[in-house]
Amino acid sequence: MAKMNMIAALNSALKIQLESDPNIVIFGEDVGYFGGVFRVTAGLQEQFGPHRVFDSPLAEGGIAAIAMGMGLNGLRPVAEIQFADYIFPAYDQIVNEIAKLRHRSGGEFSSPVTFRTPAGGGIKGGHHHSQSPEAQFTHTPGLKVVYCSNPRNAKGLLTSAIECNDPVIFFEPKRCYRGPFYGDPHNVPTWNDHPEGEVPEDYYAIPLEQANIVREGTACTVIAWGAMVHVSEQAIKDSGIDCELIDLQTLVPWDRDTIVNSVNKTGRCVIVHEAPKTSGFGAEMSASIQERCFYHLEAPIQRVTGWDTPFPHTTEWDYLPSPSRIAEAIQKTQEE
Amino acid sequence: MTERTTVTTTPYTIGVAPFRPGDTPSFGDKFVQQPGDLNRPDPKTCSAQDTASHASGLVRVLNDDGIAEGEWDPGLDAATLIKGLEYMMRLRIFDDRMIKMQRTGKLSFYMRSFGEEAVAIAQTMALEDNDWIFPSYRQPGAQFVRGRDMVSMICHCIGNTEDNVRGRQMPVHYTWKEGRFISISSPVGTQFSQSVGVAMASAYKGLDEACISWLGDGTSAQGDYHYALNFASTFKPPVILNVVNNQWAISTHVSLATGGRTFAERGLAYDIPSFRVDGNDFLALYSVTKWARQRASAGLGPTHIEVYTYRAGAHSSSDDPSAYRPHDESECWPGGDPVERLREHLINIGKWDDKKDAKLAKKIDSEVMSAYKEACEFGDLASGPYPPASTIFTEVYESVPWHIQEQREELGK
Repeated sequence: MAKMNMIAALNSALKIQLESDPNIVIFGEDVGYFGGVFRVTAGLQEQFGPHRVFDSPLAEGGIAAIAMGMGLNGLRPVAEIQFADYIFPAYDQIVNEIAKLRHRSGGEFSSPVTFRTPAGGGIKGGHHHSQSPEAQFTHTPGLKVVYCSNPRNAKGLLTSAIECNDPVIFFEPKRCYRGPFYGDPHNVPTWNDHPEGEVPEDYYAIPLEQANIVREGTACTVIAWGAMVHVSEQAIKDSGIDCELIDLQTLVPWDRDTIVNSVNKTGRCVIVHEAPKTSGFGAEMSASIQERCFYHLEAPIQRVTGWDTPFPHTTEWDYLPSPSRIAEAIQKTQEE
Repeated sequence: MTERTTVTTTPYTIGVAPFRPGDTPSFGDKFVQQPGDLNRPDPKTCSAQDTASHASGLVRVLNDDGIAEGEWDPGLDAATLIKGLEYMMRLRIFDDRMIKMQRTGKLSFYMRSFGEEAVAIAQTMALEDNDWIFPSYRQPGAQFVRGRDMVSMICHCIGNTEDNVRGRQMPVHYTWKEGRFISISSPVGTQFSQSVGVAMASAYKGLDEACISWLGDGTSAQGDYHYALNFASTFKPPVILNVVNNQWAISTHVSLATGGRTFAERGLAYDIPSFRVDGNDFLALYSVTKWARQRASAGLGPTHIEVYTYRAGAHSSSDDPSAYRPHDESECWPGGDPVERLREHLINIGKWDDKKDAKLAKKIDSEVMSAYKEACEFGDLASGPYPPASTIFTEVYESVPWHIQEQREELGK
């Protein structure tokens, strides 16, 4: 075990993968010599050489396209999209091409690409460095969608994502790279004192399709992913209500049994995400939960999300779900 | 307040097709460029700038009388030329039969390679067997070169129980891994930039393999075309990038595809050796592609080729070109017909005659017919059988996840 922040944990996962599988190549904008704008690939080019870890031209559409080509010709590419906001020039390549290749070719070809991409707000990034576009990928058959939340699951989930033979979109909550985020921008802890900042140095994997019960409880199930896991944790503390907090971790395919068992137990549910409400992944969760747990539900399912507006710059704390908004929603589930 | 002034000049340029229905098309009788005009530079030492005149000119081998001339003559033996002719005839006869099937409701859709048969066939013949082919929809001919069974191709076009892509794709969207023929995709141009990645993987593994890809003059407006050239220029993998300039993207004439110079010349700006080649000249196409393959083998990376040709047929079975171009425009194309030109050349060198030709055509036609009949035994479009409905749910992922399994059970098949 070692103390690691999320950047070090992701770097450790990449390093172990590069060591164990010679077919892994890592590329993207600024990831080579410089080691990435968030430093996730720091030192990797130096250790593994410029053919395995390299800078690409600034064209997300081109990055995704060569990843697909490399993947179908035997390599296992791990491409970085510098900010999730910039993934859209690659959207056609990801959604129409990489996601569909196995199916459309009758299983003759497939391309096991992993796209790592920093997502989410809380860094004063304004509209185009803060979005959380997971729902734009959960709606695409053929992709797996993963959202880590802490150093330990970042390393374990990234390992599984890279080893997965299906393409994976791997979201990293950039607000949590250096510490958990509890919704208070003035209180910025590091991962040093957090139990999930204790990360095994050696290889390990956390299976995709497995949620993590962060906190057991009986009064309400709170489902979150990415940075919102920590904000929800704070909200639960503030509310004084005995909630079960579930970090979804993998959105497609999501952990049906863990969610259904929990909601059947608590009879109440709050879903929290940063992305806008309309057609957000919370809508899918909410619909699926009521289909499966209707007769156990004691109150309407609540969603606490970003607003259906572009992501703001200086007013981002009023945009992101806050502990108080989440606590209110939890409270609401108790009143019915 | 400033008064608004009225602009009287044309606000912006709209390209104009030279001929529209009712016009009498004329491109001049022949190409001005002649075989022998352009040298064949050494692929191992040539720079992109050394190909400047090749990118603005036209590489030809067969002259207007069907005689091979100049440095670009690949010197192929008669047996190879006859093979090339046979593949092209096979593709044309196959296409004709399939379009008839489509017209009588036996296929949902079809696309012919009419007038462009030389493109994939000559170019694939110039490659090595282990090279990767990343086609667009008008290069199915590569499969004949690599020996794909016609029954399998027709089963795909029907979408029956033996369709290797299980009825998931429209006709002509072939996939054939054994022949290293990568799955054709409808969104145009995506394969072009992907092919750079395929070639990078081959280079990474230290293998002497190249990847060839094609897109059309219309598609060259897509970002993927420019991504491909720029990534190929940056990483220099063994890739052969072809723009098939067949003058028409459905109804959009090439004059509306770009305001630039020749497509080939674009490659020069990326420091990629670039050639414009007569796409109806089997020998020139073969030769330029061979040059590119030698360049790739030498570790010098990409080549950009503009294949200058004419789409003699409709875009697809859903298209009627008489609505936007003169019905006889293709007959006026100075490049003539690729099959006729190779046939004429073989006759000129005393290796072919009408009798042999008729015999071969008859043989191919009966092979196509019997392949069609055999394919229909696995299901026809009207009555099936089709692949089982369960194939909707498989191969979306490596294994079927729970949510898709639930939906499969909901369908109950």
